Amino acid sequence: MRIQQHPILNFEPAEEIPFYFEGKKLTGKLGDTIASALHANNIRMLRHEHRPRGLFCAIGNCASCLMEVDGRPNVRVCVEKLRPGMVVKIQKGNGTLGKEEK
Amino acid sequence: MLFSDLVVIGGGPAGMSAALAAAGHGIKVTLLERMESLGGQLVKQTHRFFGSESEYAGTRGIRIADILREKVESNRLIDCRRGSTALGIYEDGVVTFEEGTQYKKVNMDRLVVATGASEKMLVFEGNDLPGVYGAGAVQTLMNLYGVLPGRKVLMVGAGNIGLIVTYQLLQAGVRVAAIVDAADHIGGYLVHASKVRRCGVPVLLGTTIRAALGTTEVEGAVIQKLDSHFHPIPGTEQRLDVDTVCLSVGLSPLTELLRLAGCKMRYIPALGGFVPVHNSYMQTSRSDIFVAGDASCVEEASSAMMEGAIAGLSAAISLHVPSAGILEQRERRIRELAALRAGDVGAKIRNGLAVMAD
Amino acid sequence: MFTQDGIVTKEMFESSLPSPQRRRKGPYAVMECYQKIPCNPCRTSCKFGALQATDDLNALPVRDAEKCTGCGACVSACPGLACFIIDETYSEWEAAIRIPYEMLPLPKEGEKVDGLNRAGVPVAEVRVLKVQAGKILDKTNVVTIAVPKKYLYDIRNIAVRRKEHG
Repeated sequence: MRIQQHPILNFEPAEEIPFYFEGKKLTGKLGDTIASALHANNIRMLRHEHRPRGLFCAIGNCASCLMEVDGRPNVRVCVEKLRPGMVVKIQKGNGTLGKEEK
Repeated sequence: MLFSDLVVIGGGPAGMSAALAAAGHGIKVTLLERMESLGGQLVKQTHRFFGSESEYAGTRGIRIADILREKVESNRLIDCRRGSTALGIYEDGVVTFEEGTQYKKVNMDRLVVATGASEKMLVFEGNDLPGVYGAGAVQTLMNLYGVLPGRKVLMVGAGNIGLIVTYQLLQAGVRVAAIVDAADHIGGYLVHASKVRRCGVPVLLGTTIRAALGTTEVEGAVIQKLDSHFHPIPGTEQRLDVDTVCLSVGLSPLTELLRLAGCKMRYIPALGGFVPVHNSYMQTSRSDIFVAGDASCVEEASSAMMEGAIAGLSAAISLHVPSAGILEQRERRIRELAALRAGDVGAKIRNGLAVMAD
Repeated sequence: MFTQDGIVTKEMFESSLPSPQRRRKGPYAVMECYQKIPCNPCRTSCKFGALQATDDLNALPVRDAEKCTGCGACVSACPGLACFIIDETYSEWEAAIRIPYEMLPLPKEGEKVDGLNRAGVPVAEVRVLKVQAGKILDKTNVVTIAVPKKYLYDIRNIAVRRKEHG
């Protein structure tokens, strides 16, 4: 859900950025973090380790929002900027290294 | 290896003020900020600031962020390094940091640590569910990215942050079902409370959250009344139809680097928990390390800016740089900070600082 | 109680009103600021010296009703949105109240809106007389409403009935 109108802030229209979440093509905006783009698409469950987890601090302090991005695990999606074509997946458990797409 | 008279860690209100104060007296500063842009938490404060008109009172936090950022970025004595996370402080005066994917070092004579704070958690069933956010996260989502955290929110905590973020949620068109707080009075400024009350948001005191409900994300919440000993009163549970729980239950100073550097720490609840022991010049137990902002004691952004200026000036003074009026300037800043804290709402901080000086 | 519900009581409000003679003369400011917090923009915004100068940043604002012209500079300057302008001379049974307003949608002049009391409950239909939304206000817009005099204490907010919010 994006804010359409705000009494104090102006959100300028920004370039759309396509990315993939769990194999599905979604759109974010230039300037988004991965987490804000997912929230704009109403996706709040980002990780699953015995229990579902989501965003908590949004500034890179905690480790609640770790996801697998382009094969790389443990990416803090709250501070990682969205780039075109990113492949974002719900991280299950601790994640495994060595699957990065070079 | 880089060389710098002064390294400032953190580009929020305290760190930027420290860098500007020192650079104003000819000191070469390296400013490390882990995010891609300066401003810290100011960049999402859409409300007008309190404090003194001479210290940006009446100006919205977002605008103060712009003003400070412009000053820092145009100052030739400040090497402003964004996307740079400080990693360590070594005995020989080397600060290490990660910049992008590179590991770098800077040799410093003096250091100001202005790393801010992190949000506290609260124990209740379902507190790890997606849809339970720190209040700062809600501000970041809404005010920085223009994205809503949910449609209907339960706010936990009636301090300034809880009240301000409630108001900001209303401004973004989000409904706030209630603000709950375990205390028997409103902790934040009462003018903020009046603002959200006249928008129809109830403030339920002596009440806490018992559970966030839902399987994959928040679909409701249970609140419960507390007795005067903060024990839940059986039979007073109430279910609220909300999709988001926002926690504003306090902040903890981010002091890992200060501990690492061997600065003396002390647990003072009134100041936010473990804080670095420091004097009125913002100097820690290590004479070359200064602190400012929430990392020194959790307070307002207006005091963080003053502490930053004092820390920057103190660092400059300790480098024996001859500069006209610098001692008087610091004294004036110290007086202004004391004036800010002189009232009823400053009592908690004053008491905490008195404990520290003991 | 004020510290528990954030609602300024009728007694607090009435004790801060000017003299009956001054109230009959025209608009005046009420500073609904009853807690000592470090803040001074109202004092520095007043061009008429109606807000007593003090060195104490935490002092409560004291308005001199004889110097106050009801200009409204303090309404958009107050970070706590706690300053209002009341004009009891507007009509025989209505007072004009100027309130700071930072919500969307903005009402239109002449529009009928809900007058909300201090707990956000609609208590009367009120008429919008004027909407000030100039750049100098920096988005703390000022809305003047005609309020039945019996709600002079109660009404401090409005709800626009149209839905225009994303």
